[in-house]
Amino acid sequence: MVFFLYLSGTMEAREVYLDNAATTPIDSRVAAAMEPFINTMYGNPSSFHMRGKEVRDAIDDARVVVAGVLGARPDEVVFTSGGTEANNLAILGFARKNKQHGTHIISARTEHPSVLEPLEHLAKHEGFEVTYVDTDAFGCVDQEAVMAALREDTILVTVMYANNEIGTISDVKKIGAAVRKFREANKKAFPVFHTDACQAVGALEVDVQKLNVDMMSINSSKIYGPKGVGALYVHRSIRLQPTQFGGSQEKRLRPGTENVIGIIGFCEAVKIADEEREQESVRLTKLRDDLIERILKEIPKTRLNGHKEDRLPNNVNISFMDIEGEALLLYLDAKGVFAATGSACTSATLDPSHVILALGLPYEVAHGSIRFSLGRSTTKEDIDYVIEVLPSLVEKLRKISPVRVDPKYFL
Amino acid sequence: MTYISKAKNGAGGDVSSQDKKQSWFYTDEVKDHFFHPRNFLDRDPKEGEFNAMGKVGSPACGDELKIWLVVDKASETITDLKWKTFGCGSAIASTSMASVMATENGGMKLEDARKMKPQDIMERLGGLPQRKFHCSVLCDKALRSAINDYYRRSEQFEKIEVEAKRVIDPVSKVTDHDIEEAVLEGAHTLELVQQKTKVGVGNPGVLPAVEELIRFYKEKYFG
Repeated sequence: MVFFLYLSGTMEAREVYLDNAATTPIDSRVAAAMEPFINTMYGNPSSFHMRGKEVRDAIDDARVVVAGVLGARPDEVVFTSGGTEANNLAILGFARKNKQHGTHIISARTEHPSVLEPLEHLAKHEGFEVTYVDTDAFGCVDQEAVMAALREDTILVTVMYANNEIGTISDVKKIGAAVRKFREANKKAFPVFHTDACQAVGALEVDVQKLNVDMMSINSSKIYGPKGVGALYVHRSIRLQPTQFGGSQEKRLRPGTENVIGIIGFCEAVKIADEEREQESVRLTKLRDDLIERILKEIPKTRLNGHKEDRLPNNVNISFMDIEGEALLLYLDAKGVFAATGSACTSATLDPSHVILALGLPYEVAHGSIRFSLGRSTTKEDIDYVIEVLPSLVEKLRKISPVRVDPKYFL
Repeated sequence: MTYISKAKNGAGGDVSSQDKKQSWFYTDEVKDHFFHPRNFLDRDPKEGEFNAMGKVGSPACGDELKIWLVVDKASETITDLKWKTFGCGSAIASTSMASVMATENGGMKLEDARKMKPQDIMERLGGLPQRKFHCSVLCDKALRSAINDYYRRSEQFEKIEVEAKRVIDPVSKVTDHDIEEAVLEGAHTLELVQQKTKVGVGNPGVLPAVEELIRFYKEKYFG
């Protein structure tokens, strides 16, 4: 009888994609915008004929649209191959070009690898010194910490807007204001402030004027646009050294024939993300809070990683104590729920999430973390389904596990 | 099921591979044992229920495994093996498979069980990603630890075998003890350990195992 009730109460199997922070599907409107450039408008925008010019015009228009959303001028937008290249160009390009003005850079341990690794490269091979400011227990970087680390020879501050793993939002506006105040007090053009806003477009305010940022990285594949395209906003007063050479495209900062199809799709994606931002954020925040609340309530020994309120509308990151993330991920996968983990076992380096470790949490807690990132397709029924299948999967893996994590990490 | 693919012995395989057009290397056999693990203990062991226990790994490394044996005293045969593990898909599957191997056909004799190799477990699973193979196949080690525990408890001290050092990189002949020494001397990154030992310099396939050992020893000695 109990079995029967259980069966009748069980929802039908479904597919629930909760990995939108990794990438999103392409919006049909974006695909439609790209279609002509796949099929008929094949010209090289650098070519001096009609087929070239029509594509040049389309890219120029796209740049105007993206710049408009960012509150920037079109010539301040450099199209790149994505967020990683934008971050690399901002950091390596700026540091190398401006080395004579100082060799100190400020950042944080919770940054994306496409920020951390260029910084490590600069520190190791090019004579720079990097100060990583501490975050609070939620992964938030505050302007006090940045101000305390500022020095005469600081040329660059790079702090991410919203964290890709735990969704924590830092107040970049305040950090930017602090950096500007420091510049004015010292009557210098340095340091400049860069932010990685790859997770923020479509969720948060991305107007560079309002945010007090000097450089900002954004990308397409997380906002329902195609993969392999993004942009770096660079204030017109800032000079960068290219990281690759061989053409005059993108003001020589990004030589090579433009990724035309990608740029057109990206532009459409940015436009839609901006238009739907407020409404979609409200909708997602509700679903997010519902998922968080129900997991914490219905599954014992769980903790929310990151901040309860200052987090991306689509990010849920939970550590399930005593179990290992990859195992849970695969069990979820078998139920049609697609998520991500900070566990070492799915990473190429076999290291668990550096973000969760940077919060001062132990390896076990990082290994057991799962990120559910919601998106446009997510519905209340999806959340219900996750809550339906998740508890028994966790219970099963806990039964197998010999580990008992210290209660101080989840109470 | 998106990660169905047949891999043979996981040779040269990583979690994903660009040259083989395979995204996941978990075989049907691995998945069967992962989704339906055999012989795990879903509660704490009772007093006197088992006569040997073995443990390997730590949650900090990402994998921890405990096994319990019932050894028949007269024949020194494993009549029951139960386990608990904190680990990824292949850790669970390989432990489950090893538990079957140790107890099937009336159970393995201790002297044979002691010779169980990770390769034997992997073969029965139809292969594992190479990266996973090094870090997640732990049951053979836990088994040897439990067998020693049995001999200790039954006061057959002459039969206890201390784990001999293990060659990690057949090219440079670097052993796990060499890596342990390097970590103790302060080499806490792969690069520093390589500077000291030359491990994996001409044989990069072993590097995941080396990284795992570095982390293990770092955790063991420096917390």
